[in-house]
Amino acid sequence: MSLLEIIGAEKRFGGLRAVDGVSFSLGRGEIAGLLGPNGSGKTTLINLVSGALPLSAGEIRLGGRRISGLGRDRIARAGVARTFQLVRILPSLSLRENVMVPAVFGRKAHWGRAAERVADAALELAGLSARAALRASELTYIDQKRLELARALAAEPELLLLDEWLAGLNPTELAEGVALIRRLQGEGLAILMVEHILDAVRALCPRVVVMNSGRLIADEATEAALSDPKVIAAYLGEEADA
Amino acid sequence: MIRLLLPLAALVLLAVLPALVSEYGLGLLIGAATYVTLASAWALFSGQTHYVSLATVAFYGTGAYAVAVLNEALPYPAVLLCAALAGAAMALAVGLSTLRLSGVYFVIFSFGLAELVRQLITWYEVNVTGTLGRYIFLDVTARGIYWQMLALGAATIALSAWIGRGRLGMALRVIGDDEEVAAHSGINLARSKLAAFVLSAVILTLAGAITSPRYVYVEPSIVFNPTVSFLTVIMALLGGANRLWGPALGAVPLFLAFEWLSAHFPDTYPVLLGLLFIGVVFLVPQGILPAAEKLLRRRAEA
Ligand SMILES: Nc1ncnc2c1ncn2[C@@H]1O[C@H](COP(=O)(O)OP(=O)(O)OP(=O)(O)O)[C@@H](O)[C@H]1O
Ligand SMILES: [Mg+2]
Repeated sequence: MSLLEIIGAEKRFGGLRAVDGVSFSLGRGEIAGLLGPNGSGKTTLINLVSGALPLSAGEIRLGGRRISGLGRDRIARAGVARTFQLVRILPSLSLRENVMVPAVFGRKAHWGRAAERVADAALELAGLSARAALRASELTYIDQKRLELARALAAEPELLLLDEWLAGLNPTELAEGVALIRRLQGEGLAILMVEHILDAVRALCPRVVVMNSGRLIADEATEAALSDPKVIAAYLGEEADA
Repeated sequence: MIRLLLPLAALVLLAVLPALVSEYGLGLLIGAATYVTLASAWALFSGQTHYVSLATVAFYGTGAYAVAVLNEALPYPAVLLCAALAGAAMALAVGLSTLRLSGVYFVIFSFGLAELVRQLITWYEVNVTGTLGRYIFLDVTARGIYWQMLALGAATIALSAWIGRGRLGMALRVIGDDEEVAAHSGINLARSKLAAFVLSAVILTLAGAITSPRYVYVEPSIVFNPTVSFLTVIMALLGGANRLWGPALGAVPLFLAFEWLSAHFPDTYPVLLGLLFIGVVFLVPQGILPAAEKLLRRRAEA
């Protein structure tokens, strides 16, 4: 059985259908890219799955249980963690406290030593251990992105939603980021990643789903999708508009 | 250990203080203890979550009014219990309907709430009971009131410390930083905010109930005076609203300053008050305690 099932998901903003009848599934431990030109509805779909926005129609299930309609906190506790396209950290708290939060309030509801262990492990993975006591607001943008990922991991999720997490990294950092994501997936985490950096998508995702104007226009093997005329037209259409 | 012994020693010292001061001094002690309690209770919710509430006097006044209405019908402990329950019920109803409001909307609503409660009680007294003012005759001494308020203040700070170490405290800090992140990390926003709001409101209500005999004569315009709400906020901000001892630290000097100003400059007092508010916000926007911590840290680094 699939871990994530998106069934006829629809989101309207007034007259705009930002997500329009999207259906696809993701298996346990599977990684897939979510592609599409600017404004095609990728972030909105992430918001629907994580409960940040309510669906206008359709249904979303996790492990066979309906999660659409639940609050953000309950979806998080069900095992969904996310990062944000515009990075969000807890600026006045230390890095360690930032990462403790999902360990304490997430799926496993750790406390005390156990929560600290989970938090420290997540910081370690993100390469932030040495600065655990620093206030999060003192981090550079890139390190804030690292912290955001560490926070998502400390929730010990089953499904990780990444919204352009690799954007803005330099070549070295990008290589590290790709290696980190590969490692996470290797440990059994299912990942749905919105990404514009196609090299990273090729390196990480055997499969991609592609959106255009809210609709799903492709759900296939990555190489096939990237040479799919519909997909090329969607991206070219965007350039023609620009 | 020292963290526990020091406050306990201070508490004992404060408890024997009435034996050493005049009647006037005792009045100041009661006032200071009241504002320490109000500011600390306010910060329990608002200091952590950054939801600035101007509803303090809605609860404080309700507590005072509960005593005025019930003091002849029920024994004192039962009166306090009723006041606490009234405050909790009000906070629950208000919290459920408004804690979804964000930022400035919550501020305005909370201010409106205090006015609403005042108007409702005025209307009820005028139209239903036909008695606008009420007298409170309780045989509690000024010392008794002081000790009760001291106990309530100490309990408030102890409760804040205890909450701060637990899951609720962590949830409130995260909510204050970024609600979006809080929710996506698994924190139940509504429940956390409501719990803190109700706890804070119960203490504010009890503070009003305990001081009410000092008024002797109670009337909505007296006990629902919005200045109480503003003073509470500015005291907590001055000391540092998200520090355990911050509100207490801000409350004592500001209360004494207000007393002195209102005694010596009764006419220009509101203007001076306004200037003081502005000064606090400009000079120590994060509060004295956080500013001092920062200074110490910089010293240590240098
Ligand atoms: N909260 C909102 N209210 C109204 N319209 C919105 C809202 N969020 C998104 N939209 C609109 O929905 C459409 C899809 O936006 P979305 O952010 O999902 O696109 P995206 O694929 O993530 O784009 P990008 O690659 O630029 O991040 C856009 O037209 C956007 O303007
Ligand atoms: Mg987006």
